[in-house]
Amino acid sequence: MLHLDHLTLTVDGFRLSADWSIETGTKLALLGGSGEGKSTLLMGLAGFLPPTSGRILWQGRDLAALSPAERPMAILFQDQNLFPHLTLGQNLGLALNPRMKLTAADHARIAQVLDRLGLSGMQSRKPADLSGGQQGRAALGRVLLQARPILLLDEPFAALGPALKADLLALVSDLAAEAGTTVVMVTHDPADATRFADQVVLVHDGVADTPLETKAIFADPPAALRAYLGP
Amino acid sequence: MADRPLQITAGLLALLIATLVLGTALALASQSGGASLHPADWSAIRFTILQALLSTAFSCALAIPTARALMRRRFPGRQALILLMGAPFLLPVIVAVLGLLTIYGRSGLLNAALQAVGIAPISIYGLWGVVLAHVFFNLPLATRILLNGWHAIPAERFRLAETLNLPSLFRHIELPMLRATLPGAALSIFLVCLTSFVVALTLGGGPKATTLELAIYQALRFDFDPGKAALLAAIQFAICTAAVTLSARFTLPSALGAGLDRSLVLRAPKGRKAQDAIVITAGALFLLLPLFAVLIEGLPALPFLPIEVWQAATRSIWMALASAALSTTAALTLAQATARKGSRLLELSAMLPLSASGLVLGTGLFLMVRPYIRPEDVALPVTILVNALMSLPFLYRLLFPEAQALHAAYDRLAQAMALTGWPRLRYLTLPRLARPLGLGTGLAAALSMGDLGVIALFAGQGQATLPLVVQRLSGAYRMDEAAAAALLLVALSFTLFALCDLGGRRAAP
Amino acid sequence: MKPIHLALAFLSLGHMAMADAPVLNVLTYDSFAAEWGPGPAIAKGFEATCACKINYITAGDGAAVLSRLKMEGATSEADVVVGLDTTLTESARATGLFAPLAATAPNDLPVPYTDANFEPFDWGWFAFVYDNTKLTNPPKSFKELAASNLKIVIEDPRSSTPGLGLVMWVKDAYGTDSANIWKDLADNIVTVTPSWDEAYGLFLKGEADMVLSYTTSPAYHLIAEKDATKSAAPFAEGHYMQVEVAGKLASSKQQPLADQFLAYLASDAAQATIPTTNWMYPAKTPAEGLPKGYETLIKPLKSLLFSPTEAEGQRQAAVEEWQTALSK
Repeated sequence: MLHLDHLTLTVDGFRLSADWSIETGTKLALLGGSGEGKSTLLMGLAGFLPPTSGRILWQGRDLAALSPAERPMAILFQDQNLFPHLTLGQNLGLALNPRMKLTAADHARIAQVLDRLGLSGMQSRKPADLSGGQQGRAALGRVLLQARPILLLDEPFAALGPALKADLLALVSDLAAEAGTTVVMVTHDPADATRFADQVVLVHDGVADTPLETKAIFADPPAALRAYLGP
Repeated sequence: MADRPLQITAGLLALLIATLVLGTALALASQSGGASLHPADWSAIRFTILQALLSTAFSCALAIPTARALMRRRFPGRQALILLMGAPFLLPVIVAVLGLLTIYGRSGLLNAALQAVGIAPISIYGLWGVVLAHVFFNLPLATRILLNGWHAIPAERFRLAETLNLPSLFRHIELPMLRATLPGAALSIFLVCLTSFVVALTLGGGPKATTLELAIYQALRFDFDPGKAALLAAIQFAICTAAVTLSARFTLPSALGAGLDRSLVLRAPKGRKAQDAIVITAGALFLLLPLFAVLIEGLPALPFLPIEVWQAATRSIWMALASAALSTTAALTLAQATARKGSRLLELSAMLPLSASGLVLGTGLFLMVRPYIRPEDVALPVTILVNALMSLPFLYRLLFPEAQALHAAYDRLAQAMALTGWPRLRYLTLPRLARPLGLGTGLAAALSMGDLGVIALFAGQGQATLPLVVQRLSGAYRMDEAAAAALLLVALSFTLFALCDLGGRRAAP
Repeated sequence: MKPIHLALAFLSLGHMAMADAPVLNVLTYDSFAAEWGPGPAIAKGFEATCACKINYITAGDGAAVLSRLKMEGATSEADVVVGLDTTLTESARATGLFAPLAATAPNDLPVPYTDANFEPFDWGWFAFVYDNTKLTNPPKSFKELAASNLKIVIEDPRSSTPGLGLVMWVKDAYGTDSANIWKDLADNIVTVTPSWDEAYGLFLKGEADMVLSYTTSPAYHLIAEKDATKSAAPFAEGHYMQVEVAGKLASSKQQPLADQFLAYLASDAAQATIPTTNWMYPAKTPAEGLPKGYETLIKPLKSLLFSPTEAEGQRQAAVEEWQTALSK
């Protein structure tokens, strides 16, 4: 269970609070307009932003003392998910071992992940040599190899076309289901939320609301969601 | 956090720099009682600031079109030209002055040409001659810093801008880049010119062109008034601090973000080909003609150089390498630490050496060291240290904007992937910063090679470096051999510089 | 600072073990000790007679030598100082660091010169040097020079001993009228350089018709380069002299050896090396005479030289006068 216990985050005078929990294996969408604090919450979860007050607990354990790399989380950023000067093989290798001391088994795993993502044999390509969709898949490969129980997505596929984005989200869904991963995804697009998420958290006016079942929330939108969706 | 060791090391480095620069002045001050300023000192302060401001303004203003033209044109010899343009900055001052005089002097090429067409000769001596020489030294530095700035702009941004029209290319791409890099470049140039001594005096035409550095020289040499020298040094520090603060106020961090290292071919606007060609040709002639003069004058005596010159050359090479290694390590540490924490004090400490008077530094170190050890015994290590110190600000200026951009773009990813310490250096920092690191290391090696530094105060028998030998040769009427030794010095400096710079560009993604 | 001091102290231990033959430390200027200067030959000659070793400690020029000495005070490891000139000796004497000379050697200076602390080892007349193929009718005085359109390059008296020598020359020749001479000379001066080598370099490059140097400068070109195109212009006012001297430090623990060295410096063997290494006149003309070529040099009829006390007394005011006159 991921539990945000009276959590408050502050960035440059902006405050965001959250106090709720989700079950392990949930796919959660953080939905809201730009500047409402969706990414702030994600950065707080990932450990880039220390809480002003409150705690973040995973399976009952407080994560406060853990650095981003030590947390049980992998994250996909809006961009810069891969080092452009390193090959795909190196980028994925870093996910397995930052000292890049890779065993034969590691190389086999990298090849296996690339196969799974439709990037077979592209180990020696650099990110710039890939199409947008392939870059998204390669970034997914990185978090896949990190094999963390929680995956944080900060609108990583926003720059891709709607079809490509839908494909990649479906892929994330499948992979998460296979591994039982808990996913927290930031989005401003209600369609993403309906397509992908089990539960939705509305982020507005400095508060991240209690999660609601996706079907329920869109069937009977609360006032804040109605305002966001517009007439 | 993983930052701690870096921040602590950077803090210690800053402390060491402050001790060397400020401590040496204190060591001088402790030698005597109070000191006061004469009217002549005030006019020296005014002239110093005036010439430094003018030199900075012209160097920067000319660097923008030069760098832009070089960036958007591809022509045979372009790489070689960019490389060669680094050379003026590396010339020992008096060699460069003599090279400039071959072109602009009373019996120089320019006046010969003017005379041939019946125009009255021009005189290089005076304020404008000083500015001309300083632009000659610093235009290449500014151009290289700007070129590096252009290179750091992701190709993706240019593609976006190319779909818009030209004025927005300037506003949305060039201007942010200039705001991020130009104040730093201007600061370096201003501080270099602030401590100008030989150029200002030799081309200044007389005591009107007295700089602070000469006043320090006089205080220490003929008046033996260390207190006065310390006071004048303190004024230089004050001007330096003001300049660093001012430049920081104008610097905006680049908001251009990161890209995917796609190679950049900047599409040139149509119809401006002639304009770019003129800018590049004029820049090349301005910078390369005096270099050519140095070559011509040095060649005849080159085969007849005494053995001491070659021994000094060998000594100078390894000292330059040691000094460059030291300087690069220190600058990278400080640039990274500042990029992460943004401490004004760290930045000031990195720029502080530029405000140091060579003579104050040398004399102060001499006073600090002497009670414990014979100066000759530490001549070489001290020279390596001081030369590293003197090139640190340039390296820092080159590295800082890119360290900042690197931090902004990849720090989170690196943190998320537990990339810290040595792996981070190896797989992230070194490859991403290869270009400025190569250029900076080359610059440091060459500067150290060409700088007299403090060796003249410390050297014992058989410890002379190549610049000292050049000085000794020309002090003994042997001007031809001095010219040849200077050519050797320039050739070696340039080779070191070119190897490092090319290495950096090769290694860059 | 403590750890650094300890490390330095430790490093210096290495040096103590090396002492076997006594070492005489000679503090001098760079070009004296340079490979092509008089230093190496004099060291070799003296070492053959003394069963000792000469170690040269160098500083940039005469003024730098004195400034180093003032910094070191009585703790200087130097035994002998070589290369101060008479504009510096009074200030050097005032430090109280110098011991009286054990013996005064006779000298052939054109003006009588004796000093209880300092022994002259060479001397020269300042003069404006020109290219006799380009300038056929050189000026014969400061006044003629000032009235002409000729361009000269001079050294800065605030940073160089020849520059200071020139200021003394004008002061000695014109007394209270010196400021006017400088005013008249101002438009002849192309530029002022920090030291002699830059000025001479500019002259050789053709930047000026004349340069402030020595009457002996043409000898270098004649003897070393077989080039007779350089001459020094004789001035009617007379020529100011630079007398370079040596002395021993009272703090030296090698007093007899230091005396021995100073005696050797005055000897024929050492004096004979001076004309073709330092390109100055030896203080005492050696028995074999001056090298061939020196006879072609001009011999000023009148030699000017302030006593060390006068020079010290005049220095600051004369430099300020120079500065004011040229700053207009």
